[in-house]
Amino acid sequence: MNPALSVIIFTTLAGAAQGLAVVLALSQLLGAGLDNAFVARSLWVAVVLAVLSLVASFFHLGRPMRAWRAVMMWRTSWMSREVIVLPIFIILVAIWACQLTFSTRPDQVTALLPLAVIAASVLLWYCTAMIYACIRFIQEWAHPLTIVNYTLIGLASGLVLAGALGVASGQQQFAPRLGVWAFAITALAWLTRVLALRRNAKLKPKSTLQSATGINAAGIIQKSMGMTGGCFNTRAFFHHAAFAVFRRMKVIFQVFAFAVPLVLVALAVSSGWSAAWLLAVPVQLAGVLAERWFFFAQARHPQNLYYQVVS
Amino acid sequence: MSAAATQETLAKQLALVIDLNVCVGCHACVTSCKEWNTSGAAGPLMDFDAYGAEPSGTFFNRVQTYEAGTFPDTQTIHFPKSCLHCEEPPCVPVCPTGASYKRAEDGIVLVDYDKCIGCSYCSWACPYGARELDEERGVMTKCTLCVDRIYDELLPPQDRKPACVKACPTGARLFGDIKDATSEVSKAIRERGGYQLMPEWETQPANHYLPRAVVSVSGRKVGMNVDTGELQILADDANSPEPVVDVR
Repeated sequence: MNPALSVIIFTTLAGAAQGLAVVLALSQLLGAGLDNAFVARSLWVAVVLAVLSLVASFFHLGRPMRAWRAVMMWRTSWMSREVIVLPIFIILVAIWACQLTFSTRPDQVTALLPLAVIAASVLLWYCTAMIYACIRFIQEWAHPLTIVNYTLIGLASGLVLAGALGVASGQQQFAPRLGVWAFAITALAWLTRVLALRRNAKLKPKSTLQSATGINAAGIIQKSMGMTGGCFNTRAFFHHAAFAVFRRMKVIFQVFAFAVPLVLVALAVSSGWSAAWLLAVPVQLAGVLAERWFFFAQARHPQNLYYQVVS
Repeated sequence: MSAAATQETLAKQLALVIDLNVCVGCHACVTSCKEWNTSGAAGPLMDFDAYGAEPSGTFFNRVQTYEAGTFPDTQTIHFPKSCLHCEEPPCVPVCPTGASYKRAEDGIVLVDYDKCIGCSYCSWACPYGARELDEERGVMTKCTLCVDRIYDELLPPQDRKPACVKACPTGARLFGDIKDATSEVSKAIRERGGYQLMPEWETQPANHYLPRAVVSVSGRKVGMNVDTGELQILADDANSPEPVVDVR
């Protein structure tokens, strides 16, 4: 597949916003004793990230003015469900942030809101991942690991972001207490992503040129795809990157999304060098963007069998 | 609505049956399709850089060419490809707006261009690459089986067929109801080993292809076995089985 920048930015930013909101909600529910002003500020960061992701998603549409129609088919379409859950998530986080920001007695805020934010985040991860995992013939995606990876990578980026916000806001206790979790979830996300990479490396495409054309000869090749200048099918379904770039990207995303953030978080926790949290955020952001690029680029669509040769 | 339509078996399913024996790869169906549909209800189908080095545009139908076998025992096979109007279309339930739907009355899979938001998700969910986003109009487009032609009572009855079928000079394209056992298409599928593309995904394409029958060319009998779909070279002696079709 050809990775679309709008979708890469959308899933990366939304994932981080969800992760951040879940971390704040869990901290609140477990009684971490966080400063309300800090929680409110961080929730607004999550709202801004989620809204930016929503804006990015509009650039994927040919007719953005009709985007509201995408809520119609929630009975059958995971994309429709995602389009419904994303605004619900943003509204819940915003309501919670408003309560903490404007309420005269923020300590009285009900536990219901953090719980609802967690539920909406998890649901949104599930919907987003199922958009990809439900397409049975894109074999690289059609697996529960897709759901696991969207959730864990979102959670890992939320944890690192929460730690950085804690450091930036002078919450001396918060970041060190998150350290173990940030390290563990990032490591787990790396492990499950590697499992997905290993699975994809062993995949045997179910469709062949023989099944695509019904011509069961051993030696069948395409002589002409039927046009010379390319078309939607050649633009949207091939990543167009050199093989070397593709192969390097697999290493680059693992280094930036997982390895370097792990080292930085470990350094921050063990040596008290808290600026490492701040450094980890842009590094991980670049890494997750690269991971999403690779996620799309690695998916081999069976339609590509029909578009091999121009002549 | 569309989900329910795909669940039940429809009483009528219009489809094309494409005879790979006689397609000569002239692209007349491609140009005729483009002309009819760019001027009709499904259009316009945009072109970009039409007279430049990289011409590109929206088409509902493409003719591809494949070569099978090993030299000198090879065959060139021209292979028209358009939307297969699957009986279980994977592109329909994924559409977030309901713009993609399958008609209950005749099984044609259509896009409502007034509802489509151009998200391209349906094209991801089509294993055949049958859908093309019209990048100027910003909506997904696809073969309509000339739904604005086949029911047009202003046309003489013999013209109420898809533009590609009418244009084909060799009669490689048959059109009809595959649920009607007496139709020309059902008969062709039944008697000549009509097959579906990518059966592994269980999309039940309505369009079928007729495999090459065994022919005798320049002293060798080569062709596609109707039952197995395999290319075969038959020994050219008196004991060899009679060719199904002899071009000489």
